[in-house]
Amino acid sequence: MSISVATRGQFRHGRRVLTAIAHRWLVLAVGVIAWEVGTRTATSAYFPPPSKIVARMHHLWFSGPIAHVFLTSAAEQNILPSLGRMALGLAASIVVGVALGLVLGRSERAFEYLDPVLQFARVIPPPTLVPIFIVLFSVGTQMQLASIIFSAIWPILLNTADGARSVDRLQMDISRVFKLSAADRLFTIIIPSTLPKIFAGLRLSLSLALILMVFSELLPGTANGIGFELVDAQSRSDLPTMWAGIVLLGILGYLLNGVLLLVERRMLAWHRTSHGADS
Amino acid sequence: MMLEIEMVGHSYAGHTALQDVNLEVAGGELLSIVGPSGCGKSTLLRCIAGLIRPAQGRVVLNGAQIDDVPDNLAVVFQDYSRSLLPWLSVRDNVALPLRRRGKPKAERRAAAEAALATVGLSGADGMYPWQLSGGMQQRVSIARALAYRPALLLMDEPFGSVDAQTREDLEDLILQVRGDGMTILLVTHDIDESVYVGDRVAVLSRAPGTVIADLQVDLPAKRDQITTRELPEFVHLRAEVGRLVRGGAPASQAS
Repeated sequence: MSISVATRGQFRHGRRVLTAIAHRWLVLAVGVIAWEVGTRTATSAYFPPPSKIVARMHHLWFSGPIAHVFLTSAAEQNILPSLGRMALGLAASIVVGVALGLVLGRSERAFEYLDPVLQFARVIPPPTLVPIFIVLFSVGTQMQLASIIFSAIWPILLNTADGARSVDRLQMDISRVFKLSAADRLFTIIIPSTLPKIFAGLRLSLSLALILMVFSELLPGTANGIGFELVDAQSRSDLPTMWAGIVLLGILGYLLNGVLLLVERRMLAWHRTSHGADS
Repeated sequence: MMLEIEMVGHSYAGHTALQDVNLEVAGGELLSIVGPSGCGKSTLLRCIAGLIRPAQGRVVLNGAQIDDVPDNLAVVFQDYSRSLLPWLSVRDNVALPLRRRGKPKAERRAAAEAALATVGLSGADGMYPWQLSGGMQQRVSIARALAYRPALLLMDEPFGSVDAQTREDLEDLILQVRGDGMTILLVTHDIDESVYVGDRVAVLSRAPGTVIADLQVDLPAKRDQITTRELPEFVHLRAEVGRLVRGGAPASQAS
């Protein structure tokens, strides 16, 4: 009985989501058309029409051979290294952030000692540290990774600590009563119950990683990347390419966030439904 | 005696919850502990479970003082929705405590499914706790305790959050699954329940809680909700327990 209620709720939820998506795309489509019409009538060199930007994106990056999934060599030299650095930086942030966050959340003492320091470190705008990273690390991948990690780690770390601190006491009692091993306690109670918070942090970290990925590529001494291509186009006053880079970043951010939401939805099905049923 | 509670006392931030509690429980016995709300019943249970260490006195299980959670002890808590893990299926919830016993996975699954069948939830193995009604969730929680095969089962107001019909069904379930030498301590504030389920009823006074009566329940072992409750012994005993519980709480009667 309760199952059919849950499924019906999911259907209703599904339809709501579809309508919401339709509305969102409608507004976007109208916006793009208005932009196209506006830029065509204005004919400003600084604001090329969207059709021209898309054509440039296609020409620059997506007109490659089928064997390379239509990616051009420019795409392989710039987009892939950018995404690779971002993925690596984000992965390192997740591993270190979750591990430290769990320690911090489960140890009262560690939390009391380190929380003020972390809160302070967190509010430092990461781009201001990039010049220091340039001095500390060699210019290039090392510095870029350091910049991404230093910005992306905080939301994950602090959210994990917060989640690990608020594991239900009754569930911890259960783990004591039934004498769960330390590993079982960690992997079947603490981490799953922290996961919703970890994902909340991850969403923030993802957008920060994207920002720092581009930002670190805008600096001199960079050899490739989307940011590098932007600066390069700027030096040639190639406005369509600059716009193409900006639109590409927007699309990448949107897609990556979508992928993350999909993963979250799969991994946290219990969270959404059990909480939905409560309310 | 399997379990001996000697002069146990405990207080939280100036509030004395328990004082000089003495109780003995024989192996295989089902003892109901009844008392008014806030008399320290749950605190007593947590002391026995080894989850908290009493400030005074000691709890001795099979001759050894309890300092940490003893082996072969299971607890069923009142709040089933929090005590089951929502990210694990019903089967995995029941099988989780068996990991420590070093059984292979197939055996754990079989044991979990058998325990679920005992509590009347054969078809629910692959479902998640939040897909079940409250009464069914509490059955899962009981199945988890049974699959663990504890020598001592503690139940803290296990039926306090379910409707009256479900409550009667679960009371009968407890009567049905006891045996195998399992000793059960059931904490409740429900006077009828304490008499209906118990072999003995210990009555606690208002806070600071202490044992004011220890009554033998002379009812046939085979009980049912209708006929047992109309037996003169039952009616008499519930009245006596009721008087004791209320007598210990004159203030709440006035309000």
